[in-house]
Amino acid sequence: MGIFERLKKNLVRTRTALSDRISGLFRGGRPMDDSLLGELEELLYTADLGSAAADVVGELKRRHVRGEIRGEEDVRHSLRTSLLERLQPEGGEIDFVHRPTVLLIVGVNGSGKTTTIAKLAHRFRSQGRSVLLGACDTYRAAAADQLETWARRSGVEIVRKSEGADPAAVAYESLARAGELSCEVVILDTAGRLHTQKNLMEELKKIQRVAGKQDPEAPHEVWLVLDGTNGQNAIQQAKFFTQAVRVTGLIVSKLDGTARGGALFGIQKELDLPVRYIGTGETEEKLEVFEPEAFVDAVLLG
Amino acid sequence: MFESLTQKLGAAFASLRGQRELTEANVEEGLEAVRTALLEGDVHFRVARDLIERVRSDVVGQKLVQGVEASEQFIHSVHRALVELMGPEDASLTLAKRPPTVLLLAGLQGAGKTTTAAKLARHLRQTHSLRPLLVAADIKRPAAVEQLRVLGQRLDIPVFHEEGLSTADICARGVEEARRGAADLVILDTAGRLHIDDEMMGEVEEIARRTKPHGTLLVCDAMTGQDAVRSAEAFQERLTLTGLILTKLDGDARGGAAVSLKAVTGCPILFSGIGEKLEDLDSFHPERMAGRILGMGDVVGLVEKAQTEISEKEAQATYEKMVLGSFTLEDMFAQIRMFRRLGPMKKVLGMLPGMGAALDQVDVDDRQMNRLEALFTSMTPHERIHPEELEVSRRRRIAKGAGQDLQAVHDLLKSFKAMKGMMKQMNKLGLGAKMGAGAKKDTLRGLSDDGELAGASGGMLGGLLGGGGGLGGLLGGGGGGGAGGGLDSMGGLFGGGGPAPPGRSATRKSGSKRKPKPRRKKNRRKRK
Repeated sequence: MGIFERLKKNLVRTRTALSDRISGLFRGGRPMDDSLLGELEELLYTADLGSAAADVVGELKRRHVRGEIRGEEDVRHSLRTSLLERLQPEGGEIDFVHRPTVLLIVGVNGSGKTTTIAKLAHRFRSQGRSVLLGACDTYRAAAADQLETWARRSGVEIVRKSEGADPAAVAYESLARAGELSCEVVILDTAGRLHTQKNLMEELKKIQRVAGKQDPEAPHEVWLVLDGTNGQNAIQQAKFFTQAVRVTGLIVSKLDGTARGGALFGIQKELDLPVRYIGTGETEEKLEVFEPEAFVDAVLLG
Repeated sequence: MFESLTQKLGAAFASLRGQRELTEANVEEGLEAVRTALLEGDVHFRVARDLIERVRSDVVGQKLVQGVEASEQFIHSVHRALVELMGPEDASLTLAKRPPTVLLLAGLQGAGKTTTAAKLARHLRQTHSLRPLLVAADIKRPAAVEQLRVLGQRLDIPVFHEEGLSTADICARGVEEARRGAADLVILDTAGRLHIDDEMMGEVEEIARRTKPHGTLLVCDAMTGQDAVRSAEAFQERLTLTGLILTKLDGDARGGAAVSLKAVTGCPILFSGIGEKLEDLDSFHPERMAGRILGMGDVVGLVEKAQTEISEKEAQATYEKMVLGSFTLEDMFAQIRMFRRLGPMKKVLGMLPGMGAALDQVDVDDRQMNRLEALFTSMTPHERIHPEELEVSRRRRIAKGAGQDLQAVHDLLKSFKAMKGMMKQMNKLGLGAKMGAGAKKDTLRGLSDDGELAGASGGMLGGLLGGGGGLGGLLGGGGGGGAGGGLDSMGGLFGGGGPAPPGRSATRKSGSKRKPKPRRKKNRRKRK
């Protein structure tokens, strides 16, 4: 079952589909006017579109004035196109050109980094690649234990140190160990940190720097994990993390609920970050390659 | 990213000058600005709509108060409506008449339940002298049990868990254990669950049925967007929620979810998580939250803090020195120390409106303040009182003593001069005298085009640290030399120290309404 069908299934459960409510707007042959468009904008806010909602509806308005948009169908079509245009077409599955390819995973507390890493490890492992996990979250109690449990389940290597150890040292050791074992992928888990915590962002820079000591190009990818249920603050997160480290891509987690991760539109407006994967469940196989079309459909239909 | 609401409202109400009252027509633009601010602050659109209607019916027909900006009067209504929605402030946890009190924590994945469980146990042990027992019932997430165990160990609080049992069984056994006298407070930490996961929701229902908790608390991430409403509704449907805990408030999320959650569940917000450390749990303050959602900063919190930390005598002394023009480096030093007593720079400045983004740019931290203090302490007391005697060789010595370069001393003196100059100017304009509020406000406005508290904060740190404005600017923030905002906020900040000029921020009611805000006795405890 693809993401689209699954999201559609959720849609049945929630009965608050944006799509239905758009239909509701046009009920009784209501003419398309400013008040209708205003309500449409409000509906878009429910998908966490934030100021992108106003942008999209503004565009609709202009096209309506030019006579290009008349009824419900036009609105739907135009919305879809307009949202799609706002997403980066690149992204999706990673190409492994380095050996080992080093992935650094960052994000705020509770965004789902460790679970996402478990899913990535599972994914790459089932593609037949050798994977090593680096438990650089030495702060949260039992974080390394959590990662180790996943590592065991997926049969991948793990490098961990005691709680409170220098995360950069764990990163260094992970890369060294990956070299010895000639692993193809190294995934570094980091402690959750609110993007406003300057010293913790510095720590992240250090991890990035130290990883570069083993291989000047490492980390090859820095992925920011965003909680799909987050609202407009996700944009701030993306900005701050990008300022601190060389973020190269996004992963949106927790999209199996009723949240749609609409903040992504705001992020893509301000930052040029491709989305790689989305998380759609708790088990390790619930990770899907990001597809803009499916994502937009989920926003509109979910 | 967000244009400050105060700025927007200022523009929306510019046309109101000279009018007598707020009407349906002239508040429309303002309401629209508020609506956008609420939505961008992640308030649910339905809740935002209700709130706007509430404000509309509240303000239409209001006479404009003389000497108060229309926008200020308006935003005050918005602020009050938000506070009413999120209140009451003193919502407290009800404990069981016959212990143990059982608290069930539930929420989505990654909301912060486990950390909150530990924080809550610690907090209630301290405030209510309870003997807590933590029950680790999250058997879904790998190592969640271990995580709670470690936290329990750190706090010296027992953690109950039994391998091989269902979550409901673990919880029931945990409560039994407590009943046998092991504890008089049981906190059940459950797995994170998705509100549409029927099976998992059934599980938490069963836990509630078996343990009959006295409190069922929903733990929510302050960064949550519009989905907060849907998930809270779903939890409310399956559990009888009695309260909410908002986590991760130490970030820069506007936290509009707070209003939505309260509106949807009707449950009071009992606590807020304000940091990673186990003591970072605070009671919830609707007033501050309202300011935060509106993007106005936490001025109320700052004033409150200042009230508890700074005595009126000190404030009065500072004020007199400033208006009498006998301001010396010694006084500036004292001010900085006073200011620093409010807490770590970052936290204090973060409470000022519009500071979130500015903080990032100016990069101020306590180390910088330490360096500043080092300069002062490298001077002799005589030098601090007679800054005019600081010629180059003395400056060089001071720099050396503080381990900094000469430029740092120059910069400090430049700031000092600017500050002193600004005070003199104000004095000349007769600001020190007890004059009518209106005239004083005009004076302030004459000095600074944009002396409002919100916005214009970028320049203020630049002021002290870069050598432009001075501490007055540092405290209040005004454009340019920081003149207007500077003294303005000193009056407000050190409440009671001299006549407070009317502020232009709605949260500072004492200024705008010209009647002192009753000091709240509750919740005024010392903060570290």
